[in-house]
Amino acid sequence: MLHLFLILTIFAYCLSLVSYLRFLNTGLVVSGRIASGLLAFGLVTHYFALLERSRGLHTVPYHDLYGSMSLFGWLLALTYLVLEFYHRQRSVGAFVLPFVLAFFLAANLAPADRLSPPPARGPMFAFHVTLSILAYSGFALSCVLSLIFLVENRLLRNHKLGNMVWRLPSLELLERMSQSSVLIGLVSIAIGTVLGFIWVDRLTGQYWYYDPKYVVTLFVLLLYVAYLRLARTASWRGPRASRLCIFNFVVVILSFTVVNLYLSHSHRYF
Amino acid sequence: MEIVLVGLNHRTAPLEVRERVSFTAEQARRAADELRSRGLLEETLVLSTCNRSEVYGVPPEATHDCAPGLSTFLSEFHSVRPEVLSTALYHRYDRAAVRHLFRVSGGLDSMLLGEAEILGQVREAYRFAQEQGATGPVLNRLFQGALEVGKRVRSETELGTRPMSVAAAGVKLAERIFGKLADRSALVLGAGTISEQVVSTLRDRGIAHLYVMNRSRDRAATLAEQFGGRVIEWGAWDTALLKPDVIVSSVGTEEPVLQRHILESAMSARGNRALFLMDLGLPRNIDTSASELYNVYVYNMDDLTDIVQQNRQARESEIPRAEGIVDEHVGKFLSWQASVELIGLVEALRARVREDRAAFLRSRLDQLSHLSEQDHDRIEVLMDELLDKILVAPAERLRGEREVRRKIQNVEALRDLFLSNREQS
Repeated sequence: MLHLFLILTIFAYCLSLVSYLRFLNTGLVVSGRIASGLLAFGLVTHYFALLERSRGLHTVPYHDLYGSMSLFGWLLALTYLVLEFYHRQRSVGAFVLPFVLAFFLAANLAPADRLSPPPARGPMFAFHVTLSILAYSGFALSCVLSLIFLVENRLLRNHKLGNMVWRLPSLELLERMSQSSVLIGLVSIAIGTVLGFIWVDRLTGQYWYYDPKYVVTLFVLLLYVAYLRLARTASWRGPRASRLCIFNFVVVILSFTVVNLYLSHSHRYF
Repeated sequence: MEIVLVGLNHRTAPLEVRERVSFTAEQARRAADELRSRGLLEETLVLSTCNRSEVYGVPPEATHDCAPGLSTFLSEFHSVRPEVLSTALYHRYDRAAVRHLFRVSGGLDSMLLGEAEILGQVREAYRFAQEQGATGPVLNRLFQGALEVGKRVRSETELGTRPMSVAAAGVKLAERIFGKLADRSALVLGAGTISEQVVSTLRDRGIAHLYVMNRSRDRAATLAEQFGGRVIEWGAWDTALLKPDVIVSSVGTEEPVLQRHILESAMSARGNRALFLMDLGLPRNIDTSASELYNVYVYNMDDLTDIVQQNRQARESEIPRAEGIVDEHVGKFLSWQASVELIGLVEALRARVREDRAAFLRSRLDQLSHLSEQDHDRIEVLMDELLDKILVAPAERLRGEREVRRKIQNVEALRDLFLSNREQS
């Protein structure tokens, strides 16, 4: 059953990517609709793939690298789809889907985790992790949108429009979409972190013990607050704010990889 | 012959002829009434725009060539000499007429390839004719197909999406930066013809605030009044450049009007909010180095003309896709038309055969007096069965199989063969 969901998900995401590319290339409205439909279908099958795995392991599906990456891909796709509906803009899908697909495939190719899982039990922990990964996916989406902003801005300034510029969202919309996804990320990471502290308190009886992950997360939080603030100021609005957004996501990637794998004691995969 | 079209357009007639042959709503109604009352057409629809005047119609069944009559009618109706119209008018029948209308509604026959207004004009002409009761089953189906083609061409191709004039290209570029212009403002420097075009396009796209600045205040006031803008005193750069997101400049000047230092201080004062500048002046009105400023986008006449040229090519590359949609719908319409005609033909044939059978039996059975009444009845039943066997199966196939209908190209020929000859005999 798990294999069926995996195959269906890969097919749905691949076909969705092809349709989004076709939409970007030809502007065919029907291609865009098909792409969104396939992405929604992929989200459903991906969800069941995570659910099946969770049942098989008798635990949450994200206590290892597989689950963490797979859930990241799922939440990235979900966040994107919500933004697509909210802003009525489909042409960004062709740039987001490769990341969703890459994370889903990488998660399935990742070696099985041999470490004993953390005492990952209870809804508090589940919300803590899910919200943290949702935050990362929001930040990833804002990074992709900022990259598109910079490319489109460069094309517009250099008068090299080609076919694509007419189909991409306006710069103003890209900024708004990026800020929306950062806002989703900030709210999620704030609530997720608070829930994490409460969960640790219940588990160990103390609110605080030192973990480098806390410092990095706080740093990430401050960086994104700074982005939202600076993006509205005179000297930063426009391309500079987008560059800051991309820089912030580099820090997030460091937090997700180096800090998790080598520095943190309790945040191995999220 | 089922559908006829007589008309003229921007390719066949100069503006002065098109003006004389155009129809107001009242004239369209009167023309449709007269065409039907004179028996020239059973169904009519007049399509009249600034680039074309066309009469679509379904002539009575017995008519073989009604186009000359329609040409004469148009000549009389508009009081235009026939020789003036003879070179301008085109006549199309059936498939060619259907194809012509579908190309028109798809924007393929427009002066500006892919323009969007024509679909609305076709829709309006159809609605008007329908309200007047001038259309019937054939034209209803035809124009519903035309509207469908128009919608599909616009949603499935990019024939009409790219701007094709310098003014439209500039405004579309502004939308690439700012999105919708509904809460944006624009400043127009100069009050010449090109400024007027851009202002008109900006207003069409819903720009919220419009400011006009010109050396001659009177001309600025005229333009501002025409498009609902406000006049700003020439040279008041400190205040003038503070609000607008779009600046359009077409001033006759030797030196750039907007020097780099003016724009630099303006950008600083406006908090680096993005500024889109359209320099339509020759010589250029905006310092070329202004494009290096942060969040400033400068496009001059050459840049915009290049974009229009690229867009023209892009639109032309969409023609095969749009033609494909037209062909598909022409095929669908002709198939529908054939099915209606063929089914009608078979029904007429069955009715005629029944009548003939009755007359045939009456004349022949009189000679077979040795047969009883029962034998007569039995012969009648057998003949009915045989005739039904011959005719019912083809009728069923015509109803059910589109491919069969498609293969039968000429229903008129079948009608002549099976019905007209019999009438003659």
